[in-house]
Order: sequence, then C-alpha cells, then structure tokens
Amino acid sequence: MFGTELQVTPRLRKGVLWLLLPLVALWGARPLQAQSEKDAAFQSTLGELRDADYADKEAIVERLIQSGHSSTRATLNAFLEDRLFYRNDNQAVFMAKSTEGDPASLELVDPLTLKDAGSTAADQLTKIGTNNRLRRVLRTTVARFGLSSPDAAVRLEAVHDMLRSLDEATVAMLRERVDAETDSNVKKAIATGLALADLEGTDSDARLKAVAVLRESLNPDVRNKLASLGEQSADGSFVESDEKVRTAAASAVKSINQWRLLYSGIETLFFGLSLGSVLVLIAIGLAITFGVMGVINMAHGELMMLGAYTTYVVQQAMPNQIGMSILVAIPAAFIVAALTGVLIERTIIRFLYGRPLETLLATFGVSLILQQLVRSIFSALNREVKTPEWMSGTLQLNEALAITYNRLYIVIFTLIVFAILLVVLKVTRIGLDIRAVAQNRAMARAMGIRSEWVDAMTFGLGSGIAGVAGVALSQLTNVGPNLGQSYIIDSFMVVVFGGVGSLWGALVGGMSMGIVNKLLEPYSGAVLAKIFVLVALILFIQRRPRGLFPQTGRSAENQ
Amino acid sequence: MELRRNAFVLANDRRSTGFIATLLLVAVIVPILNRAVPSTSALHLSTYALTLIGKYMCYAMLAIAVDLIWGYCGILSLGHAAFFSLGGYAMGMYLMRQIGPRGVYGDPILPDFMVFLNWKELPWFWYGFNHFFIAMLMMVVVPAVLAGVFGWFAFRSRVTGVYFSIITQALSYALMLAFFRNDMGFGGNNGFTDFKEILGFDLHSDSTRVGLLIATSIALAASFMSCRWIVNSRAGRVMRAIRDAESRTRFLGYSVESFKLGVFVFSAVIAAVAGALYVPQVGIINPSEFAPINSIEVVIWVAVGGRGTLYGAATGAVLVNYAKTYFTGALPEVWLYALGALFVLVTVFLPRGVVGLLPSRRKLVKE
Repeated sequence: MFGTELQVTPRLRKGVLWLLLPLVALWGARPLQAQSEKDAAFQSTLGELRDADYADKEAIVERLIQSGHSSTRATLNAFLEDRLFYRNDNQAVFMAKSTEGDPASLELVDPLTLKDAGSTAADQLTKIGTNNRLRRVLRTTVARFGLSSPDAAVRLEAVHDMLRSLDEATVAMLRERVDAETDSNVKKAIATGLALADLEGTDSDARLKAVAVLRESLNPDVRNKLASLGEQSADGSFVESDEKVRTAAASAVKSINQWRLLYSGIETLFFGLSLGSVLVLIAIGLAITFGVMGVINMAHGELMMLGAYTTYVVQQAMPNQIGMSILVAIPAAFIVAALTGVLIERTIIRFLYGRPLETLLATFGVSLILQQLVRSIFSALNREVKTPEWMSGTLQLNEALAITYNRLYIVIFTLIVFAILLVVLKVTRIGLDIRAVAQNRAMARAMGIRSEWVDAMTFGLGSGIAGVAGVALSQLTNVGPNLGQSYIIDSFMVVVFGGVGSLWGALVGGMSMGIVNKLLEPYSGAVLAKIFVLVALILFIQRRPRGLFPQTGRSAENQ
Repeated sequence: MELRRNAFVLANDRRSTGFIATLLLVAVIVPILNRAVPSTSALHLSTYALTLIGKYMCYAMLAIAVDLIWGYCGILSLGHAAFFSLGGYAMGMYLMRQIGPRGVYGDPILPDFMVFLNWKELPWFWYGFNHFFIAMLMMVVVPAVLAGVFGWFAFRSRVTGVYFSIITQALSYALMLAFFRNDMGFGGNNGFTDFKEILGFDLHSDSTRVGLLIATSIALAASFMSCRWIVNSRAGRVMRAIRDAESRTRFLGYSVESFKLGVFVFSAVIAAVAGALYVPQVGIINPSEFAPINSIEVVIWVAVGGRGTLYGAATGAVLVNYAKTYFTGALPEVWLYALGALFVLVTVFLPRGVVGLLPSRRKLVKE
C-alpha cells in the first residue's frame, strides 16, 4: 500500500501538473489542489479493491461513485468487463485496453488520467475479479452513470449498451429516464429499448404497439428480434402467439431491411465518391498537362509521390503539431512539385512540343530518376505519415450509416481544389494566357503572350496540383517510392474517359469511375470490378474516341 | 532525291544484311563456345551467359514487333508485353502439363497449384495443352485473336495516337489484374515455374539450352526477314504513308483500318512467339510480365536503338538489356538513374536512336 503511494504519486503529480498548467495560470492553485485531492482519494479507494472480498468490493464501488471523479465510469466499465488489473511488482491499478484473445502482453491505461501507460506482459498483472452479483451491480451502476451524464453522446452510448442486455433493472431505469430525456436521439433509443421490453409482455396490444415503434429502428439486433417472432418452435407453435403481431413484425422487418439497404446503398455511393475524388484529384493535374499542353506526363505519379514525401518531411519538422502539419504540407507540396515540374518543362519537355508520344518516353525516364532519387534519400521502405486527429474517426449518422472523416475530407478537399483551379483558369490573367496558348499558340504569341513562359507556368500548375494530390494520398496509402506508379494508369483512364483537356470531364469521369468501381465491388470483388471498369472504358473509347466531353473547334484538330 | 532514297535503302539493306550475318554468327559461335570449348579455357561461354543471350534475342524479337507497328505504321502500342506474356503463358501451360506426376503433389494431370487450390479436374481451357502442336497453335492463335478483336474495334472507331496507347495500356493492365487472380486457373501471382522438360528434352541440360538458343535465333531471323519483306513491299509503303499522313492515305482510297489491323495482328504474333521462346529459357512466367511498365520499356528499347529500322530496334533491345544486366549487378543504385537519363537523352537528342549515329546517308552517297 505504502509502496503504491511512493511509486505513483510523483508521476501522477507531474502528469497532472502538465495537464493543468494552463488552468493554473488562469485560476491560481486552488483547482489544482482540489483536483489532486480528488485524485488521491480515488486512487486510494481504487487500491482497496485489490484485497477486498466481493461484499467489500460492492461497498468500494459505491464509494468510487461518490468520489465523483471523472474517470469513475470508465474504470467501473473496465471492472465490469474484467479489464481491471494490478501490477504484481508495485501494486498499481491499471485498466487494460482489451483482453480479447488472451494476448501475451496488455496495453495499459492509467485509470486516473485515462492516458496510455505502456504495455506489460500479462503474467506481470493480476486481474481484479468479479462475481455475478457484483457484475449486476456494476452493470446498473455503469448504465445509471451513463444515463445521467450531461453529454448526450455518452447517454446514447449507455442506452445502446443497455439494449444489448436488457433486464428488469435496466428497463426500470429506462422508464425512469424516458420523460426526463431531452435529446431526440437518446429518446428514440430509449423508446426502442422499452419497446423491446414490451415485446416480452403478455398484453398483445402493447406488443403490437411495440412492433410499430421498433419499425423505425435500424438496429440489426432489433431486426433479428422482430424476425425471430415469426419463427416456429419444435411443436409448431409460434414464438409470437398473436397473428396480428406476427404480420406487423414481418412487415416491420421488411421495412427495416429496405431502409438498411438504402443506407448501405448510400454508403457505397459515398465510398465511390471518395474513391472518385482521389481519381479526380490526380486527374485534374493531368488534364492540364495532358489536355491543355498535349504532354503525356508519365512523371505525374512521381510528382504526387514528391507531394506525399513533402508531407512526411513537414511532419518530421513539426512533430508536435500533426494537426497543423497537413495544412502546412499542402502549400509546401504544391511548391515542391510545381518547381520540379517547371524544371522538367524547362530542361526536357520544351524540346518535345508537338511530339506527344516522345514526351511519354522522356517523362517516363524522369519518373524513374525521381523514384530512384527518393529511394536514395528516404530508402526504399515506406514512410509513415500520421493522420491528424481531426481527420480520424467516423461520423455516425445513424445505426446503419457511418462515414469516416478522412474520406469525407478527401471529397471536400477535391471539390475545393477543383473550384480553385476552375477560378484560376477562368478568372485570372494567367488562366486566360493558358487558355489562349492552348487554343491557338501562334495567335496568342502574336497578341504578345510569352508562350514559353505560359508553358512553364501551365506545367508548373499541373505539377503543383499533383503535389497537392500527393498530400491527400499520404493519408490514404503507404508513402513509398512506388506510390506514383499505382495511380498513374487510373488517372490516364480518367482523363481519356472524361475527354482530354476538359476539367469537367475529369471531374465527371473520375467520380463515375469511382462509383461504378465501388458499386461493382460487392458483387465481383475489388480486382474483377477494376477489370470490368477497364474493359468498359476500352469499349467506351470505341464509341466515343474523344471521351465524354470532347474538345471542339480548331484546337481539337491538332490533338 | 531518288539517289538519296536509294542510298538510304542501300544502307538499310547493308545493315540488315549485317544484322542477319551477326545473328547467324552468334547462332553458330555461341553453341561452339559453350559446348566444344573446355570449361577451363578463357574462351568458354558459361551456360548462364548462353541463356542470357537467348533472353536478349527474345527481347530483340519483341522490339522488332513493336518497331514494325510504331516505326513504320505510327501506332504506339503500350500493350505488347501482354501479347508477349500470353505467348509465354501458352508455352508455360504446355510445360506445366509436361511435368506430369513429377510435381510436388505427384498428381498425374493437375499442375501443383491446382492441387493446392483443391481443384478436382482440369479446367476446359487447359485441355490439349499436353500436345506441343496444340500449345504452339494456341500461343499464336490466342494473341492473334485478341489483337484482331481489340484492333478491329479500336481502328474502326479511329482511336489513334495517344488514345490508342492508353487503351492498349489499359488492356495490358486489365490482363495483369486478371492473371493475378487464383480463380483464373493460371497459377495466380506465382504463375508457372519449376518446369521439367520440353519435347522430352531436359530443360536443365546444357544441350537443350543450346537447342533453345538456336531455335530462338531462327525465330528472330525469320521475324526480322518477314518484317523486312513487309516494309519493303507495297503494303509497307502504305504503312509509311499512314504513319506520315493518315487522312491523306484514306482519301487516296486505301483502307487504312485493314492495313493497321493486319500489321497489328502480325506484330502481336511475333511478340507472342518471342514470349513463348522466352519462358523455357528463363524458367518462369508470372503476371508481372503483363505490367504496363514492361510495355513502355520495350518502346524505349526501340527508341534507343532507332525506330523505323528494325535492326535498330533489335540492337536497342540488346544494348539496353545488357546495360540493365550489367548495372543491376555492378551498381544497382545507379541503374534507374542511368535508365532514366537514357530515356531522356535519347528522346531529346537522338530522335533516330543509336543507329542514327552510324555514318549518315550523305556520306554513303559520296561513297
């Protein structure tokens, strides 16, 4: 016991000090003192769990609740799920992140701060045991805790936990809560829970009403429960005795299935959009170099790779601000890739205008050099680019539909980049020059446009966008020397599909290729889906050799 | 003008004769150096080097196939690695069937990978591949049909230039993905390997390897001669006309599509035969042979050697691959830099390739 105090307190005090430093500066030392007193009390009460018998443990749990410490709920939940341990050497109590599959070493969490506390071999730890009675107490306690939380998300989670194992105590608790609840989502979840309880009742009207309520749910457990009502047991009697309830349940199951199908359709569509966004992001850079300038830039993928590596370097330079690093990396990657692009244009491509097939060969050489350059500098191994916190996690729209933030941001990011590019080309002076040179080089020169300079700028712009695409890709795939190669073919397909030289073509082409790919995937698997898309594209090009949005007019003749 | 043209043809003829002569010399000398010269002698050629030469010859054939359509007809195909691989796979299927019960699992009919995948019987498209003749037929017919159908659709819709290059690349990429699948019945990503014998000859014996080298030389010479014959014929002139002014050729009444299709199919067949000869010599075929980068590399060989000359394409294939073998062995770090720089320098400064460095036409006229 004494040992624990000695071991834990200094570390604890230090941790809390750091955590609360800003608070201290604002409000002086009082809150710190109060918090640390609370911590100490919580800590010592928790420590008592080690040697207590089951009856004592119940009392200790009660005292933990009364301590009002912010970690109480998490700690009790861990206790309930058999994840509470103490270390054999210094007796300190920890929560394990997960005990699934009996791992040899456990990832530990400090119950006070809820922060990671490293990992320890499982045989160095002793579990703090529970029995049935204690677990029941814990379950109601944890649930009550959750239900009374001021945070609606916590309450919702608590109700969902309760739905999984409904018993009289929890139902009673839900009934208590239902009137006081203000948040509509939580209210709905509670109603679902109560309806599930009602299904077990003897009153068939109440059961019918319950089915009507459950109809609105999307929860797979609810659907299974409703479906089970129509089953026959061995002696031929139905699980649900009332015919009316059975029909209602069957129709409810049907309706739930339809809704879930709709939402899974929306989810697939969204996956397709996010895949399409990646393609669009890659292809709009190409649409400029390939479409506007007639240069087949095989090094486009490697320019993206440079963007991804720039992200890595920026993160290495500011390791404590991963959230900010991405925002810094976007302009940095643009500049790095654009400068490389201008360099390539000035040294190689300007000798090859009007010979598109030869630009293919020369830029392919450039791509090999860039790959090897990256390999020499960063080694052939993949580099880890961290995902900032604001980009990880999922947006749970309802029980059947969840959207991951990184995909959502990619879609938004693509649209922003697309809009900016459109504005640059349509509104700015350089955009006007670019379009003029693309449409009629000789005439543009006669009007006093420095076509050589415009060429360099155009290629730089296309390359810079490739770099920006690389930043996005660094969040989705491995950052390695081969990053560019895996996307280059797809992006050429998008440009050819959309129509060379058409930004809108790249947008529509990329999005539709992404969506078709994801729509096919559940039926045929990822590889076959891709093959189908390629074959479909080959056939499409036969029908419309100049893509979805063909260029018209005089400039198209020279392509 | 006429004089210069004649001089060019003459120079071309001379060099072509030189190429054939060199080829014959290699086909005679290399086996002698390998078989007759004792291994202690400095002149002895190891079997490794012999196989390497055979491999280069296959690449040279592939390069000639690409040069025929790119150099003479202006069609840049980025899918020739696919035809090469299809030929290779047809040969691989024959060689797999020849393994018979000597596989790891000892199944008399099913190749090892099928036993491993727990398949009970041979898929229908594997029937007949135990006969060398049928396998040979298929290694020509399958790529020819693919090239025919693909080319017919593409040329009929007037898919030209860059668009054609990119959809051939898509074709090759799609085939690669397909062959990577285990369900296809072609061994998935491991492909075929561990071959035992061809036509009853042990593939690991030196004499079989010499035989393969001679066969490859003959095939290379035959494809070179037939391509020469085509490009020097009237059809060859139409091809060059299509390359230089496609619309004008069409207005003159030539069926541009038929010429393109014919030469595309022929070129695909040469590529396939090259692939078929390649597989028994290197002892493995897997889906990575379909990779689009391989097709691009072939184009580079042709560009480096000098396109529109045939012998230049073959020379380029041998030079680049020799450089590759040398650099990846001696200075692996440098290889990609060297290859990349080679692409850039050749396209920018040597549009006529290495053979363009040989004494120019004007000098020949003076002689």
